[in-house]
Order: sequence, then C-alpha cells, then structure tokens
Amino acid sequence: MARRVSTSTKVGFTVLAWAVALLLFSPILWTVLTAFKTEAEAIASQPTFFPQNFTLENFGAVQDRSDYFKHAINSIIVSFGSTILGLIIAIPAAWSMAFAPSKRTKDILMWMLSTKMMPAVGVLIPIYLIFRDLRLLDTVHGLTLIMTLINLPIIVWMLYTYFKEIPVDILEAARMDGAELWNEITHVLVPMAVPGIASTLLLNVILAWNEAFWTITLTSGRAGTLTAFISSFSSPQGLFLAKLSAASLLAIAPILLLGWFSQKQLVRGLTFGAVK
Amino acid sequence: MGSITLEHVNKSFGEVQVIPDISLDIKDGEFVVFVGPSGCGKSTLLRLIAGLEDTTSGTIKLDGQDVTDAPPARRGLAMVFQSYALYPHMTVRDNIAFPLKMAKMPQAEIDKKVDYAARTLNLASYLDRRPRALSGGQRQRVAIGRAIVREPKAFLFDEPLSNLDAALRVNMRLEITELHQQLKTTMIYVTHDQVEAMTMADRIVVLNAGNVEQFGSPLDLYKKPANRFVAGFIGSPKMNFVDGPEATKHGAHSIGVRPEHFKLSTTEGAWKGTVGVAEQLGSDTFLHVQTDGLGLMTIRTDGDQTFKHGDVVWLTPDPTRIYKFDAAGKAI
Ligand SMILES: Nc1ncnc2c1ncn2[C@@H]1O[C@H](COP(=O)(O)OP(=O)(O)OP(=O)(O)O)[C@@H](O)[C@H]1O
Ligand SMILES: [Mg+2]
Repeated sequence: MARRVSTSTKVGFTVLAWAVALLLFSPILWTVLTAFKTEAEAIASQPTFFPQNFTLENFGAVQDRSDYFKHAINSIIVSFGSTILGLIIAIPAAWSMAFAPSKRTKDILMWMLSTKMMPAVGVLIPIYLIFRDLRLLDTVHGLTLIMTLINLPIIVWMLYTYFKEIPVDILEAARMDGAELWNEITHVLVPMAVPGIASTLLLNVILAWNEAFWTITLTSGRAGTLTAFISSFSSPQGLFLAKLSAASLLAIAPILLLGWFSQKQLVRGLTFGAVK
Repeated sequence: MGSITLEHVNKSFGEVQVIPDISLDIKDGEFVVFVGPSGCGKSTLLRLIAGLEDTTSGTIKLDGQDVTDAPPARRGLAMVFQSYALYPHMTVRDNIAFPLKMAKMPQAEIDKKVDYAARTLNLASYLDRRPRALSGGQRQRVAIGRAIVREPKAFLFDEPLSNLDAALRVNMRLEITELHQQLKTTMIYVTHDQVEAMTMADRIVVLNAGNVEQFGSPLDLYKKPANRFVAGFIGSPKMNFVDGPEATKHGAHSIGVRPEHFKLSTTEGAWKGTVGVAEQLGSDTFLHVQTDGLGLMTIRTDGDQTFKHGDVVWLTPDPTRIYKFDAAGKAI
C-alpha cells in the first residue's frame, strides 16, 4: 500500500525545505548582488538588497589589479590535470581492487580513506620542504601533482564502488574472447563504467577547483589558482566589499556553471547502483 | 583439434578444498557433460579449464600442450556463460565481432564471419540492437554466436540454458546438439539437469563434492552405475533404495530399483504397499507407494493406469535389474 502523507504535512515540509535552502543560499546571493554595487553602497549603513546603481566596474577593477584570466587558467589546468592524472592512476588500481582483490585489499582501501581524515596542516611542513627542495613551489605542475595525490583516495574509492557494480562475468567473457588486460580495461570496463567515471571526474574537478589550503600555501604569484586569487583580495582589500564579491563571483562562476550543467550526470553517478 | 587432459588437478580457495584430485581425458570432438548437485565444483572445474581460475596443483593440457599457467586469452577456448555476459554497450554485431577484433582479423573478414554466424543463428535482423533489447533466448544465441565465430579449440558452457523457460530450453538443447554435430568441435557442458546430461552428452562426468564419481556414456551410467550416488543421480524419477534385511537377502548392504523396473499387481508380489500420490503425465503415471516397512517408493507405469490414492498394490522388482551396493556405496 502506498504510504499516505497528509497535505498539511507536505506543505509544512515544503515550506521548511525552502526556508533552509534559501538560508543556505543567501550568502551566495548576497555576494552576487554586492558584486554589482558600488563600494559606497556595499558598505552603506542602510544595506540595500538590489544594487541601486548597477555597475560592472568592480569586475574591471579586479581584472586590473590581479590578472583573473591567468588564475582561471591555472585553476583549469590544476583541477582537470590533477583529475585526469588521478583517473589514469586510479582506473587500473580500482580494477585490481574490484576484480582481483587480495586479502589486504579492504585494509588498503581503509588506509587510503584514513589519509583523508588527517588535517592537511599536519603534513604542511614536510610537504613544503619537499616542494622547496624539488623547486616545485609556485609551479602549476607541482600544484597539479599535490592535488592528484590529495584526491587520489577519493577517485580510487569512487571508481572502486562503480566497478563493483559491474558483473565480473562480462570481464571474464572478454578474457575468454582473447582480450588482454589493456583491451579488457579500455574496450569493456571503461565504456561500461562511463557514468561512474564521468561523475568521478566532475566531483574531483570541483573538489580540486575549490581546494584552498594547498593552493594558497604552495603558490604565490605565478601558479596561483582562483582560490588564491580570492584570498589575495580578502586580506589587503578587506574593506572593498564590492570588489571582493566581484572576485569571488568570478572565481566560483565557472565551477557553478559546470555543476549546474552536469547536475543530472552527477546525481546519476552518485546514486549509481542504488536503484539499478 | 581440441583434446583436453587434466592430470591430478587440485583446487582450493584458501583453506577450502573444492576439488581434491581430478584426472580426466576428454577426446577431440567429444561432447562431455559435467553433472552433479549444486556446489559440487562443476563451474570451478570448467573455470579451471578456461583459465579463469588458477589450479592449486596439477596440470591442464590442451592438445597435449601444457596450458596450466596460460591466461584465458591465450588458450583459444570459447565460453558461454549462464548470465550470457554480453557486452551491454555494444550492438549484437559488435558483440559477435569482439573476439575477431581482439584477434586483429581484417574488417572485411570479420563482417563476413559475423554475417554468416548471424544467419546460422537467426540473428540477422537484430544485428544493430543492443543486448538490452533482446529476449533471453536471443541473448543466448548471441552468446553462442560470439563463441562460434572464432572457431575455438573447444566450447565451454556453464549452465547456458538455466535462465530460459522450459520450452525454449528444449529448443536450445536441440540447437546446441545440432551445432556440435555440424562443427564437431569439443564441447564441455555444465548442468545440474540430468535430462540435459543424458540427451546431449557423448560422455558424462558425474561430480560429487569435487570428486569424479563416474565418467562414461549416458547409457553406461544408467545401466552400470559405479556407485549409489551415480545410481541415484542418473535417471528420473530417482532410483528407489532399500537397506536392511531385504538388501541382505540379495547379498548387499543396500539395493536399488529404478521406478521403471517394477511389475505392479493388485493381488500378489514381493512388496506390499498403499498408493499415495499418483502423478499423471498422460504418457506415464508416477505412483508414490508407501510400502510396508521399506519406505516410500516411486513407480513408473503407463498412462492408462487407474490406481487411486489409498489403493493397495503389490510391487515386484525385475530381478535382472536390481542394483546392489556394498556398505561404502560401491556397486557390486
Ligand atoms: N571464489 C570462491 N571462493 C571460495 N569458495 C568458492 C569460490 N568459488 C566457488 N567456491 C566454492 O566451491 C564450491 C563449488 O562451487 P561451484 O561454483 O564450482 O559449484 P557448482 O557445482 O557449479 O554449483 P552450481 O550447480 O550451484 O552452479 C562451492 O562450495 C563454493 O562455495
Ligand atoms: Mg555452477
């Protein structure tokens, strides 16, 4: 029998859901609106909701002050580069964990996940020193490398759970059909796991894009990403709210758009297997 | 060519020994069926031959050549899985072509072979569909098509028909037998259905708990079962067994009589009993008779019998067809 839910309960929960959603969204909305205000209006003691004097000059000022496009390109290289590098390492790793597990596979998976539970600042000094000695400080490739390492456990875990859903019979059929390991992975496993791989890619691009701790500590001018770009505005320019908002908006816009357009894929990938 | 030889093959999963020690000699072109109860190691044995599992010890030879350590891709065998295991992201055409593509055959030749296989298996009009859009029987045909195009040394089937309905199963059974007569390639076929085993096999391997109980032609197994297990497993309905004094009279620890080897009478005979359930199939009737002191027995009679529940009957086993077993269950 279908579960009955009374109309008043439905209305109540709907209102509550909207209230919570708006509450969570309000800071972002405020940032967006502020980005189009003049500095004076942004800090006016009588705050306005909509910009009274709609202006785009904050964006021009931000670009002049600190090169937005350079940071954006760094962000793109680091986030996509680290994710793709991660996938190249993680696909074979997840294959072996899912389809050729050993006694210790579960332990290794748990260990990998546990590294994500440690506060990043705990390894700041060793990593900083290694980067300094290898001359990787403030380089895009150094940052890509560290981002790959940081997200690798999540990539392996996500792929592992997707691969577990694939019937091993089909891979065995490929082996019987004469496919060597490489062909088994590229012709059979990967095409079957495309939804899972795509959402792993999206999620990790987003995570890498938003990562702030390492990007800020390991870069200065040259290799800075958009998170470093925002932070460079927040401290010395703290009082220029409108410019800071414009910078933030510029920094989050690309990933917000990516997330928006790939929503369906993300949800499908993340709930993959839950409803087959 | 495709002779398959197993020498003292042993397989354990960790501590669990699934196949203690099996030696078999399968001749080129033979249709061999592995049959046995669930969990007896049929699939494991087949997968060892396929190379999908590694042996713990022992040797596997194909055409006399040691392949124990060769990966499945190098053994040149084809396998048809119970789940069909088609590639869901490829069309029927690409599914069938896959092994040829892996063998790096020129495209023109691939097309020719795929078309030929599709025509043989009545799949020509489905070539551009995905497996998802096919019925169970069609999927099974695609799986067979994928196996035959590459002309393997031998075919391995793991319960390929158990997901099909009864009518289709009979059809496919005939088709596979027909295919074997055309191709004359070695086939190993795993099933737990003894009717499939009896009707398809040149020779049957009866497995029990990882051991070969008997390896012989279907009629050999039916007429001369090596032991009580084989006697009980081959033949449908199952053989009736009697222990105790009645068996001692025949100089055995236990005796067995097949349901079709009884004479029935309402007035006289060796064993008296009362009819329980009478299953009428039209062509035959199976009577389940509760005998006095010897337990429940199944009797096969012709379809015109009119015994009812509660009737008293006398059973006389055909004296030339009484199977005798010693205390260890071995036939004597
Ligand atoms: N990967 C494995 N790890 C541990 N034990 C296994 C493994 N595969 C099979 N077994 C065990 O080996 C035994 C034989 O299994 P197998 O699948 O060969 O049986 P089967 O004869 O094919 O049975 P069925 O008719 O049910 O398919 C079973 O007891 C099973 O639990
Ligand atoms: Mg099995």
